[in-house]
Amino acid sequence: MQKDPRGIRSRRIEEILVLNLLRLSGLISIITTIGIISILGINSIPFFKEVGLIEFFTELQWTPLFIPQNFGVSPLVNGTFLVAFIAAGTALIFGLGSAFYLSEYASRRLRKTIKPLLEILAGIPTVVYGYFALTFVTPIIQIIFPETIVFNALSAGIVMGIMIIPMVSTLSEDAMNAVPMSLREAAYALGAKKYQVALRVVFPSAISGVVASFILAISRAIGETMIVSLAAGGKPALTLNPLEAIQTMTAYIVTVSQGETPQGSVEYNSIFAVGLLLFLLTLIMNLIGKFIVTKYAQNYE
Amino acid sequence: MKERFFYIIFLFAIMVGIFSLIVLFIDIISDGYKYLSWDFFTNYASRKAEKSGILAPLAGTLWLVFMTAIFTIPIGVSTALYLEEFASDNLLNKIIKINVSNLAGVPSIIYGLLGLAFFTYTLSLGKSLLAGALTMTLLVLPIVIIASQEAIRTIQPSLKDAAYALGATKWEVSKRVILPHSIGGIMSGIILAMSRAIGETAPILIISSIVFITTVPSGPLDRFTVLPLQIYTWASFPKDDFRAIASTGIIVLLFILIVMNSIAIYVRFKTQD
Repeated sequence: MQKDPRGIRSRRIEEILVLNLLRLSGLISIITTIGIISILGINSIPFFKEVGLIEFFTELQWTPLFIPQNFGVSPLVNGTFLVAFIAAGTALIFGLGSAFYLSEYASRRLRKTIKPLLEILAGIPTVVYGYFALTFVTPIIQIIFPETIVFNALSAGIVMGIMIIPMVSTLSEDAMNAVPMSLREAAYALGAKKYQVALRVVFPSAISGVVASFILAISRAIGETMIVSLAAGGKPALTLNPLEAIQTMTAYIVTVSQGETPQGSVEYNSIFAVGLLLFLLTLIMNLIGKFIVTKYAQNYE
Repeated sequence: MKERFFYIIFLFAIMVGIFSLIVLFIDIISDGYKYLSWDFFTNYASRKAEKSGILAPLAGTLWLVFMTAIFTIPIGVSTALYLEEFASDNLLNKIIKINVSNLAGVPSIIYGLLGLAFFTYTLSLGKSLLAGALTMTLLVLPIVIIASQEAIRTIQPSLKDAAYALGATKWEVSKRVILPHSIGGIMSGIILAMSRAIGETAPILIISSIVFITTVPSGPLDRFTVLPLQIYTWASFPKDDFRAIASTGIIVLLFILIVMNSIAIYVRFKTQD
């Protein structure tokens, strides 16, 4: 037994070595999360010491690069949600329609061709969409509404919405596919038409998946950076007019990063404070969205 | 009558997405084809649009993807293997699983902030390729992990059971059964992750800021720019000829991505049994 003829001992050592190496890789993802939270936290603390949470949330102006400096985040939040709602709305209208078509109308073969084609939209880099919004969509909007400013929330929002169509469509379609066939068959047996089955049987049963896809779409839109940086402008504004220039939280972070802002200055720290808010907003929405997705998935099992 | 009406509405919805895709491609090609020439690939960025080229950003993109791949592949595949095959069902491993899917939803600009504060300043890597590649690694890791997990999960349990019944250890089963049988799915996941790294602009913009670089990086500690960042810079100039050359850059970027995605689809198709 001392000679270890079948290599049992060396195999066991190897096994333990590998296990710990793999476990280490797994821990990297945890360390990343801890890293994100602590870096956003640590760099925001000096900012909030100087500015204060009350000013950050109640002040109505955001002018960190001018004198007098104002650090009210509300114009950035306003701009972010204005674009995000336009985007999520666009994506919901066309993504939901696509899901109905794919799940209830399209033949298997047609579905196999159309779905990958639609999913190309999600793979195109965001900077390309930004270019498209600025040079193609904005001029069209300006023809319809001549008062439109070159940089506006509408163009960025619509193009971002097109980008998220596949996400909404896939999530909604998954929810629709989870609706048992027997429900549809029962409706057909009662003489229901196809559209009645789609709208009155499938849609109500899949509603939680649709709601989840809308929440996840907003979360995706809030974090989007390049489209808004190129097409939505750099002017923090408290406005609900989509034809005006605004600035989103992400676009602000980009604006500061473009210049050489010295480390430790209040401007440098402000991008981490805005980043922390952005991180928390997207995290909460992702958690709610995923919670709804898993909840409805259990319904039919 | 109503039946037909709703059919047309739903068909219209799906056509909007596909039609947008076609319009986008036509718009970019018609804007950018005229600057497409050999010089475009061998020139550096210039103050004149017609003399500008993408040599530096193209080299930067290649460097960045290569380095990101070196970091991402071993860590990503190991994590997936650990979670699917080795990990017991305890609290820590549950946290890791939930954490990976949450990380996939963190906006890319947040990774940029992490990279700026940690790699650029704390580790003093500066605005180097290494700082960029490490940041990009953290960003695309969840994609590789999730794709590899799915590939590993599709293996028939009977294959693994047969190997375990012969007395193989977990690592031996992983090495000889699991990895060879899931390599197609893992590879296509890696290629998709690298496509994402090629197209990402925001984190690189945060780390390296807008720079006028006219050198090809010669090592991992050199400053760099990448293709999408150069496109962003050109597109944000309020001049028509710079916007045109931005679209020429987009043509090259999209071409690279289409080639990579075709390879991913081919690999997946070829290894499916």
